[in-house]
Amino acid sequence: VAGPEVKPAPFDYAAPQSVADALGLLEREDAIALAGGQSLVPMLNFRLARPALLVDLNPLAELAYLQRSDGTLRTGALTRQATLERSELIESEWPLLGQAVRTVAHPAIRSRGTVGGSVAHADPRAELPVALTALEARFHLRSSRGERSLSASDFFRGPLMTAREDHELLIEIEVPALPEGAGTAFVERANTHGNFAIAGVAVVLVPGEHAAIALLGAEPVPVRAVGAERALVAGASAAEAAELAGASAQDEYRRALLTALVRRAIETALT
Amino acid sequence: VRITVSINGVRYEGEVEPRTLLSDFIRHDAALTGTHVGCEHGVCGACTVHVDGEPVRSCLMLAVQAQGRAVLTVEGLAGPDGELTALQRAFTEHHALQCGFCTAGFLMSAEALLRRRPDPSEQEIREELAGNLCRCTGYEGIVAAVRAAAGGGGDRST
Repeated sequence: VAGPEVKPAPFDYAAPQSVADALGLLEREDAIALAGGQSLVPMLNFRLARPALLVDLNPLAELAYLQRSDGTLRTGALTRQATLERSELIESEWPLLGQAVRTVAHPAIRSRGTVGGSVAHADPRAELPVALTALEARFHLRSSRGERSLSASDFFRGPLMTAREDHELLIEIEVPALPEGAGTAFVERANTHGNFAIAGVAVVLVPGEHAAIALLGAEPVPVRAVGAERALVAGASAAEAAELAGASAQDEYRRALLTALVRRAIETALT
Repeated sequence: VRITVSINGVRYEGEVEPRTLLSDFIRHDAALTGTHVGCEHGVCGACTVHVDGEPVRSCLMLAVQAQGRAVLTVEGLAGPDGELTALQRAFTEHHALQCGFCTAGFLMSAEALLRRRPDPSEQEIREELAGNLCRCTGYEGIVAAVRAAAGGGGDRST
């Protein structure tokens, strides 16, 4: 019986024990996958989301892994943000992900929140999608009908919108090895630590060879500052490149903010 | 759905709907009302508990997801004889609470920090506690209490 203490609208609940079972359940109309729940459960509590069926992915240990194979990082979608934060492999080989994840909300959120959940939710102010964009990650989707793999620019479509279909599950995020000698930095501006960022930037840099600059807050999806990247590789200063990167922002405040953040990120990545 | 959850070492069984939040199971079914419920969307941190040793927002977890897990709430901090931990004593000594609504959440967040990093810097304390809101104290007393408890060390474990 629904007491006054009940907040979400009623839903059926399934906790499948295999990815194949989960995919079968996601074929049902109005089924939603539940990962860490740090964005979806608030939406359930507000009744903004009213799924007929909640497919709880948390028992799927086969989706919780961080491993390196042939130099590539393979991250299971259900890997907790806290696991990413504490991983020695991440610290030594993909420090940008460690730098970015520490800015994601608070410890009690990161213990439950997952890497795949953050990516699939695609909040325009989320940090991990921006870091993964700079790292040229690929996103592997699976459904009971097949599999496909997308780049960041194909995956992120708009605020809270991705190329993932309702019956598809984000399975794995693949991150290539950093270029030899690369420096990285993640810098953001939020009103308080752990709050959603107003603007931010992820940088991967090898002077004269490689530059990847991904922006948070310039557009409703993570974007690469391609002009600034080219200029930087061609020998532009941090200030000049930052000016180019900030130019894409919608208003004067964000332009100034992004320019300052990009400059700081480039300088940090170089040290 | 029938669930069994260990809370502070005691087994609680209950019949819950899938939509029942862990916070409500703790308060209504287990009748442990030390865990407070503020915003119910993961912003205020008042409902923070530990699940299998990790701090979590109990309003952002379904009770069914706690099936078979070990939950620690604020009632589980003090010793069996009710003796407060060093952290709890430091809260009283440093004026780290006024109305007390947020206190359980702050204690559970601070406890998680001190278990992971027994001697955190002030910056680490502030970053860890940034996920908990207090409308009374201005936070200075809370930070001072956690620093004191960390410095005091030793008898904090429960």
